[in-house]
Amino acid sequence: MSDMVELTGQSLAAALDGLEKGRFSSVELTRAHLDAVEALNPTLNAYITVTAEQALTQAAEADAVRARGEAGLLCGAPVAIKDLFCTEGVRTTAASRILSNFVPPYESTVTAQMKRDGAVSLGKTNLDEFAMGSSNMTSAFGAVQNPWRRRGDDSPLVPGGSSGGSASAVAARIALAATGTDTGGSIRQPASFCGIAGIKPTYGRCSRWGTVAFASSLDQAGPLARTVEDCAILLRSMAGFDPKDSTSVDVAVPDFRAAVGRSVKGMRIGIPAEYRAPGMPEEIERWWQQGIAWLRDAGCEIVDVSLPHTRYGLATYYIVAPAECSSNLARYDGVRFGERVEADSLDALYERSRAAGFGDEVKRRILIGTYVLSSGYYDAYYLKAQKVRSLILRDFTEAFGRVDALLTPTAPSAAFGLGEKMSDPVTMYLNDIFTVPASMAGVPGMSVPVGLDSAGLPLGLQLIGRPFDEETLFALGSALEKAAGFDHLPALRAGAVA
Amino acid sequence: MSYVIEGSTGPWELVIGLEVHAQVVSRAKLFSGASATFGGEPNSHVSLVDAAFPGMLPVINAECVAQAVRTGLGLDARINLVSRFDRKNYFYADLPPGYQISQFTHPIVGSGKVDIELADGTRREIGVTRLHLEQDAGKSVHDQDPTRSFIDLNRAGVALMEIVSEPDMRSPEEAGAYVRKLRMIMRYLGTCDGNMEEGSLRADVNVSVRKAGEPFRTRCEIKNVNSIRFVMQAIEVEARRQVEIWESGGVVDQETRLFDPHRGETRSMRSKEDAHDYRYFPDPDLLPLVLEQGWVDSLRSALPELPDAKRARFVAEYGIPDYDSSVLVAEQATAEFYETVARGRDGRLASNWVVGELFAALNRTGKTISTSPVTAEALGGLLDLIKDGTINGRIAKDVFEVMVETGEAADAIVERKGLRQVVDTGAIDSAIESVLAANADKLAEYRSGKEKLFVFFVGQTMKAMKGKGNPALINERLAHLLKAD
Amino acid sequence: MSLDAATIRRIARLARLGVGEAEIERLQTELGHIIGWVEQLGELDLDGVEPIAGVGHAALRLRADEVTDGDRVEAVLSNAPGRAGPFYAVPKVVE
Ligand SMILES: [Mg+2]
Ligand SMILES: [Zn+2]
Repeated sequence: MSDMVELTGQSLAAALDGLEKGRFSSVELTRAHLDAVEALNPTLNAYITVTAEQALTQAAEADAVRARGEAGLLCGAPVAIKDLFCTEGVRTTAASRILSNFVPPYESTVTAQMKRDGAVSLGKTNLDEFAMGSSNMTSAFGAVQNPWRRRGDDSPLVPGGSSGGSASAVAARIALAATGTDTGGSIRQPASFCGIAGIKPTYGRCSRWGTVAFASSLDQAGPLARTVEDCAILLRSMAGFDPKDSTSVDVAVPDFRAAVGRSVKGMRIGIPAEYRAPGMPEEIERWWQQGIAWLRDAGCEIVDVSLPHTRYGLATYYIVAPAECSSNLARYDGVRFGERVEADSLDALYERSRAAGFGDEVKRRILIGTYVLSSGYYDAYYLKAQKVRSLILRDFTEAFGRVDALLTPTAPSAAFGLGEKMSDPVTMYLNDIFTVPASMAGVPGMSVPVGLDSAGLPLGLQLIGRPFDEETLFALGSALEKAAGFDHLPALRAGAVA
Repeated sequence: MSYVIEGSTGPWELVIGLEVHAQVVSRAKLFSGASATFGGEPNSHVSLVDAAFPGMLPVINAECVAQAVRTGLGLDARINLVSRFDRKNYFYADLPPGYQISQFTHPIVGSGKVDIELADGTRREIGVTRLHLEQDAGKSVHDQDPTRSFIDLNRAGVALMEIVSEPDMRSPEEAGAYVRKLRMIMRYLGTCDGNMEEGSLRADVNVSVRKAGEPFRTRCEIKNVNSIRFVMQAIEVEARRQVEIWESGGVVDQETRLFDPHRGETRSMRSKEDAHDYRYFPDPDLLPLVLEQGWVDSLRSALPELPDAKRARFVAEYGIPDYDSSVLVAEQATAEFYETVARGRDGRLASNWVVGELFAALNRTGKTISTSPVTAEALGGLLDLIKDGTINGRIAKDVFEVMVETGEAADAIVERKGLRQVVDTGAIDSAIESVLAANADKLAEYRSGKEKLFVFFVGQTMKAMKGKGNPALINERLAHLLKAD
Repeated sequence: MSLDAATIRRIARLARLGVGEAEIERLQTELGHIIGWVEQLGELDLDGVEPIAGVGHAALRLRADEVTDGDRVEAVLSNAPGRAGPFYAVPKVVE
């Protein structure tokens, strides 16, 4: 087997199986992906940095390791890394001008674990600057294109964000799978827009050490892949207790893959009434009902639940996340790393370096965060948001007293056009209306592609689970996946004529 | 009697509160594994956490927490079993993350107290509001280049305890006594070495003045004063400055000032137009710090005896005057030295020798108690020779001088130099007889009533015996022989 | 809702973000709109609700007091845009 389309078109699970059975080598598999990257990335702009040479070296090494019978979980699998994970000796930009020349002398815990397990890194994927955005339009390295097109319309669409480069790359088959991070929906929403699966695990499941911080109390790493099973394989490698992260939780990492395909019979699935956005396309409601029907058919018990503070999630998020980011991004000051604009006083150096180094959306959030924490406003905004956050958490805790998981739409729309929704920040923020509450509560959420809308664009449904019960999400996700039989392909993909 | 500044409108009282920053004694920094040791090549005691590289995260050092708790216990303070870390946000060249991790709303230690004593023996209790843990900043070097400042992050992230007092002090002397006492307690506890030259202890001094009976007036904060003498000077000059302002009809602005010891004045810090707004909020990289009462109790039971308790015990156990005791406990090493000498011996004699001969010898030789040429055991050996009558007190001083010079043991010196005291009454009697014979005129005066000459005969006899006569025996025999004649 | 220009200047200064005069008006509208929108939280009665800073599932873990890092001056300085020997260099700071 050496045909590029076959090599790039398979799932991560199938690729690992093929490697193990010796049907192809990691070098062949990696080269096929690198060729596809070369063909498609100029259009998609999914990668900021392609590390072809390093990938081939790692692939050769993986082949040798496998030949010795020492293959790890991901041995020889070419994957992509969101350019928010620091990678030793490989430029890490967070898609920001201010870090455009930053080469970390260290490796993030998540990517170090993947390396340990033999993963081959194809390169660093594009994202919204510092992971702030839902369209990938805010990257200093240019927008990413969604490989999907509306039927009969060739105009480019956004991949969602902030893990838009990862989602686009996986959907277009120029990576078997990819890492993402999710602060308010940055794995789930792009997964939904690009017709792939993605999971934001429980807060504390994956180490944040070495990952560029956006909002520390919310940031979680997770996988994006074409199947639920592939997500399970990748998450097992990414997850795990890390003493270097004080918020990392010391619990065992289960074999998530074993939960894939497990019976969901008798599980109680909550349907929260509040997950209906004003003006939400009727098709989304329809796919949601379809998902409910599939799970009922699979033996689940469907329960109506209420999470009354859902509608305040987004406003709460847009206080908490900017507050944390305003502080987290203070370190980008042109002194120890990153871009500097010279000036003759230190304050002027700070102001110019930061003015030149950050894009508009990042600046907006820094300013909002500074405002809500500033003297005289703290109680009115930040403290209030902390209280609402506790109510949101309580909503979930109460719901999980009655049900095993929740089923909701992932996003209030399908992918939209490049450059749309840019005129008003709040309109853009509404993309995350269904994903933000689980982030605020720190509970795991997964997006599974279930069907296409009338324009031929993919839509996903979201499963939300109890803390550290990702296994239930993998079981339910694979049940939805199986029922949906989602086998549609994007217009742009490896081997297909663009 | 109480301290006031006499102004043209009458006396002014001072109101002083201190925020002391004390560097925690620990191997590694508060939130990183880099060394907390003073010095080192620039930027060598620095981890990527301290330099705030992207994605770096803080993990707290258990020993720094224990040291803060020990200090709190030493200040008789409430230990908060749940505390929290906040970020204090501001930009500065030696503050890499753009925030200092500190404890704002929930400090690890709550209210406590420090007892101070003034030169005239007055004792006062100074309230401690709180103690919290926070990170030190790095160092900016301004004098190596005409246009640039250089940044060394070796100190960035080293653990500090900020100890905030109540505005309870009323004179420079009280403030000095407070810092000295705080330093003594922390040295006893081993939680801060108190080395002000290396910056291990710095004080922010809050000063205001008022007329007797008034509520507080506006205060100024004098930042980062790094010696006790400067603390006292800064308070004095700042209070005088404020008195002058009030008396000339002006208004004191609440502001941060610097003390310039060369000019002997305080001046306003430049950046004051940049009103600080630190935007404190809970550090989302850290969870609440939760202590177990049992752990706190185990630290409490392992605390060393503190200076006040030791001072009282020395008085009770060794029968020495309170003043001597206070001198002996001022340094833990001195107290230990003293106790080694005094244990099983005459406590007063031991105290006289340590405070008298030993301190004088240390002064003269430029040594400290821990580098003393005479060990506590050796000094004890000397006192034993006095006690058992081998030598008398006069000879002991000579022997001690030899000990300081050679480090030899007292008994060896006594043997080698033949300094053993003469207790043979025959030898004493013959010495007395020859003294009386040689001073017939004096003897006649004595007999005619000039009894004071008794002391003269004692001295002459001792001299004749080269100082080795037992003074009590000489007295006894002389009285006997004078009567007998 | 619109934030006044002085507020924009004040927070931009606190955040050390250089903001040109031309940007101020745009930021007044944009930030004002966002702030106005998040004020919907004012609808809620939050009396007696305990604020939470995160969803941490545990208390802080303590690490042992051991020197495990440091002596890596080159790594520390490897990305510095301004450097003088073993130091970071910045424009002269006047205290
Ligand atoms: Mg202070
Ligand atoms: Zn402080």
